[in-house]
Amino acid sequence: MAAAMPLALFVLQLLGPGGWCLAEPQRDSLREELVITPLPSGDVAATFQFRTRWDSELQREGDTDHYFLRYAVLPREVVCTENLTPWKKLLPCSSKAGLSVLLKADRLFHTSYHSQAVHIRPVCRNARCTSISWELRQTLSVVFDAFITGQGKKDWSLFRMFSRTLTEPCPLASESRVYVDITNYNQDNETLEVNPPPTTTYQDVILGTRKTYAIYDLLDTATINNSRNLNIQLKWKRPAENEFPPVPFLHAQRYVSGYGLQKGELSTLLYNTHPYRAFPVLLLDTVPWYLRLYVHTLTITSKGKDNKPSYIHYQPAQDRLQPHLLEMLIQLPANSVTKVSIQFERALLKWTEYTPDPNHGFYVSPSVLSALVPSMVAAKPVDWEESPLFNSLFPVSDGSNYFVRLYTEPLLVNLPTPDFSMPYNVICLTCTVVAVCYGSFYNLLTRTFHIEEPRTGGLAKRLANLIRRIRGVPLL
Amino acid sequence: MGLLSDPVRRRALARLVLRLNAPLCVLSYLAGIAWFLALAFPPLTQRTYMSENAMGSTMVEEQFAGGDRARAFARDFAAHRRKSGALPVAWLERTMRSVGLEVYTQSFSRKLPFPDETHERYMVSGTNVYGILRAPRAASTESLVLTVPCGSDSTNSQAVGLLLALAAHFRGQIYWAKDIIFLVTEYDLLGTEAWLEAYHDVNVTGMQSSPLQGRAGAIQAAVALELSSDMVTSLDVAVEGLNGQLPNLDLLNLFQTFCQKGGLLCTLQGKPQDWTSLDGPLQGLQMLLLMVLRQASGRPHGSHGLFLRYRVEALTLRGINSFRQYKYDLVAVGKALEGMFRKLNHLLERLHQSFFLYLLPALSRFVSIGLYMPAAGFLLLVLGLKALELWMQLHEAGVGLEEPRGSPGPSAQGVGLASLVAPLLISQAMGLALYVLPVLGQHVAAQHFPVAEAEAVVLTLLAIYAAGLALPHNTHRVVSTQAPDRGWMALKLVALIYLALQLGCIALTNFSLGFLLAATMVPTAALAKPHGSRTLYAALLVLTSPAATLFGSLFLWRELQEAPLSLAEGWQLFLAALAQGVLEHHTYGALLFPLLSLGLYPCWLLFWNVLFWK
Repeated sequence: MAAAMPLALFVLQLLGPGGWCLAEPQRDSLREELVITPLPSGDVAATFQFRTRWDSELQREGDTDHYFLRYAVLPREVVCTENLTPWKKLLPCSSKAGLSVLLKADRLFHTSYHSQAVHIRPVCRNARCTSISWELRQTLSVVFDAFITGQGKKDWSLFRMFSRTLTEPCPLASESRVYVDITNYNQDNETLEVNPPPTTTYQDVILGTRKTYAIYDLLDTATINNSRNLNIQLKWKRPAENEFPPVPFLHAQRYVSGYGLQKGELSTLLYNTHPYRAFPVLLLDTVPWYLRLYVHTLTITSKGKDNKPSYIHYQPAQDRLQPHLLEMLIQLPANSVTKVSIQFERALLKWTEYTPDPNHGFYVSPSVLSALVPSMVAAKPVDWEESPLFNSLFPVSDGSNYFVRLYTEPLLVNLPTPDFSMPYNVICLTCTVVAVCYGSFYNLLTRTFHIEEPRTGGLAKRLANLIRRIRGVPLL
Repeated sequence: MGLLSDPVRRRALARLVLRLNAPLCVLSYLAGIAWFLALAFPPLTQRTYMSENAMGSTMVEEQFAGGDRARAFARDFAAHRRKSGALPVAWLERTMRSVGLEVYTQSFSRKLPFPDETHERYMVSGTNVYGILRAPRAASTESLVLTVPCGSDSTNSQAVGLLLALAAHFRGQIYWAKDIIFLVTEYDLLGTEAWLEAYHDVNVTGMQSSPLQGRAGAIQAAVALELSSDMVTSLDVAVEGLNGQLPNLDLLNLFQTFCQKGGLLCTLQGKPQDWTSLDGPLQGLQMLLLMVLRQASGRPHGSHGLFLRYRVEALTLRGINSFRQYKYDLVAVGKALEGMFRKLNHLLERLHQSFFLYLLPALSRFVSIGLYMPAAGFLLLVLGLKALELWMQLHEAGVGLEEPRGSPGPSAQGVGLASLVAPLLISQAMGLALYVLPVLGQHVAAQHFPVAEAEAVVLTLLAIYAAGLALPHNTHRVVSTQAPDRGWMALKLVALIYLALQLGCIALTNFSLGFLLAATMVPTAALAKPHGSRTLYAALLVLTSPAATLFGSLFLWRELQEAPLSLAEGWQLFLAALAQGVLEHHTYGALLFPLLSLGLYPCWLLFWNVLFWK
């Protein structure tokens, strides 16, 4: 459905030190983990996380000044092996050992979803934050399409997904684990079977629901020694009954409405499917300047009624300098669809400003939705250093809410585009000729002409008369 | 320009225009018609060629082999449809989901302005089903559409079967860069219109429909499929869309490429054609006329026609099963479609390289706009020449050519514009009545006369049309008696310019319509004057009125289709065409009806006025 995250977000996060890292962090450590989650649709999501931390003598100077915060999006990046190879080289073991042997490009790019990120941030080494470490966290998420690869079955194994198995941990890693979501396993042993059977499990509340994970620790020699390689397999014993996957509480959709090349409308649909809780959503839109937004046409309606946002920040665009920035805090009523729409006019660019392939259209970056979504199960705030890395993807603000950031789909908008070809030149030339002709025709049509008899003759006549006078002949 | 600014030479030119006006007009008209007829012959027609780089060479290998699957789907679909009597929505949803699509439905309802007797529809409510194949690792910014319109009769089952089999095959492929929407619409074009309006979140025609739950970005191209048999002898392609819009020629070229590659017999206007044969160009002329008639009608010839408004290049493929010996099964059709979709998938930009305005004398030949416009230009030149003549005669105050130097009298300046206001207003009001009253007054008419609503609309239409002729033509009493000719000349001058402007604008957007109307209306418009044998002129004028043009076009159309009409059939068809024209304006936004009733009919009435000027 919607809620598709942008394909590649290379995020450079410069966050504040945060209050949780009071304990002395380990020096120069590497933690790596792979989380495999079967999705309700039958597909399988695999998320890799690698965290490298090293000490540095670079000192931080106070807190991040918000004045210097910038937000930028590149809506048109398509991820390919060119992005993966340098990303892999940042790993301490590269792709030689540990979990990263699974990162085989031809399999990773045979998936239906791919997201790759780099996060870097400073971490305080002590309570007063006199010295810091730097943390580099690399994440890679892929979703394997069970429909294509599994011929409709939901079973999977590491080998089938990555065409590799795990053999040894990265020698530099202090922690190297594979987590497999077996939530249904514990409720009912009949549903699925994991092979090899997990020795330990881990329970946590992820996105408001309780999840159980089987843990395979690569540093634990017993895990691998049995057969010299680890090929985790999961088999569903019974086909799942629910044909319709559960709908998340918050999802969104964005589209351009209208037709023609003059005007249009940007519409964002925000769905709150929670049966009884309303919650606020922060909507952030950046729209390029060449879509001239009419802010007075901004309408927000939920359940047929006007929905007044409690906070609006609008920064108008400047031509060729900065895009429109629109930020709103909107309360989404329970079980409702909220439509945010704003009209725009398509600007005519200068002819040098068109991108190559201008008829492809121009991209408009996705809206960003940030929300605290009410959770079904109360979650306890956890100790970030001790809990698995993937928890950092799902921050919990307090027990009853969890934080979600959604990116809607980017949009492709056609601008009025001249035909950059020979007929275009012909049209330009013709228009010029027509304009010139029109001018003189108009001139002729609006003028009256009278014949004026010449009072004196021309030079020739005068000359002739002069000669005639000399000859004594009557003048002309 | 010296030619015009020099009074002496200007006068000479004026005299030339005045003296040679009639021969020049005749010459220009004949040149226009001759040019048009010559369009079907080689120097003016060119071979089509692919302009778009991304679709250039045929480097895709079609692997579709789901013929049995398609037939099984088609059988199931037909059985379910017979059982439920409507589109089997639940079955379609289930099947689309089982082949791995994201499935949504859309319900719509529409109350037509009056009952549609051709399709037997009045209050329509239906459901569209569509499934989206999401391209892997793409962000759903672009999409392609394969649509099958399902009417009320049980045709098109094989098309649905092929659509589902293709969806199943496409789902297993990794190479898609654009999402593909598989759309099955109910009530054929009405469903398509409802879906398109909801997809673009606009309401053009007053359709009530539920909002769409799933979208897939900007639609780049669409193919509509109509198949009613397991085997086909040929594939016919329809390009003419709403208001005479045409898809980019490259889309047609693409189709033709895969026809050739797969060895399929592909036709245009339902007629196979062999350009290389001796009478190839003559066949071309027949095809050209057929295309002109179809384009001039301004109605969508297939559900692709509605996509064109949204700048989505689209065409309709129709499987035809005739008594030919060579037949192709669904696999051949499926392979052609697979090839087309894979090529469209390669598109980087929207289709824009090739022609948007063209005429097709054959599937592989086209006439570009630069070559066909002179035909319309020559016809309109007649109006220009006549207007010029009238203008000069008026300007020189009827003094005539004998005294070109005489200064225009004071009466010449007052051309009597005031006298023009009444006829202009009256004819425009008639046009407005023609546009508004039939649909508004259908219930009143149906109450007072023993006719159904649809008939009432058509009959009111004809009644108002005829009433326009009987209007008072003596509204010009204010005209001074000293220049009796001035009044009608001024009126004719205005009417000529009005007609030339209208026809010029129409010819630019829909050449076929503009040319047809010009070819019929121009000669009598040029001839109309209140002297001479009025009955002859009146008969001519009636014969070339827009309604008579429509009537004649129907006969020409059937004649070219080699299915001639009898007069009674023709009259029935004419009435049906009138009703369809009004309906299509209200349901799809076709512009032919308002154009004729608000623009050309009042203009034609002005000439009628001129003819009966007292």
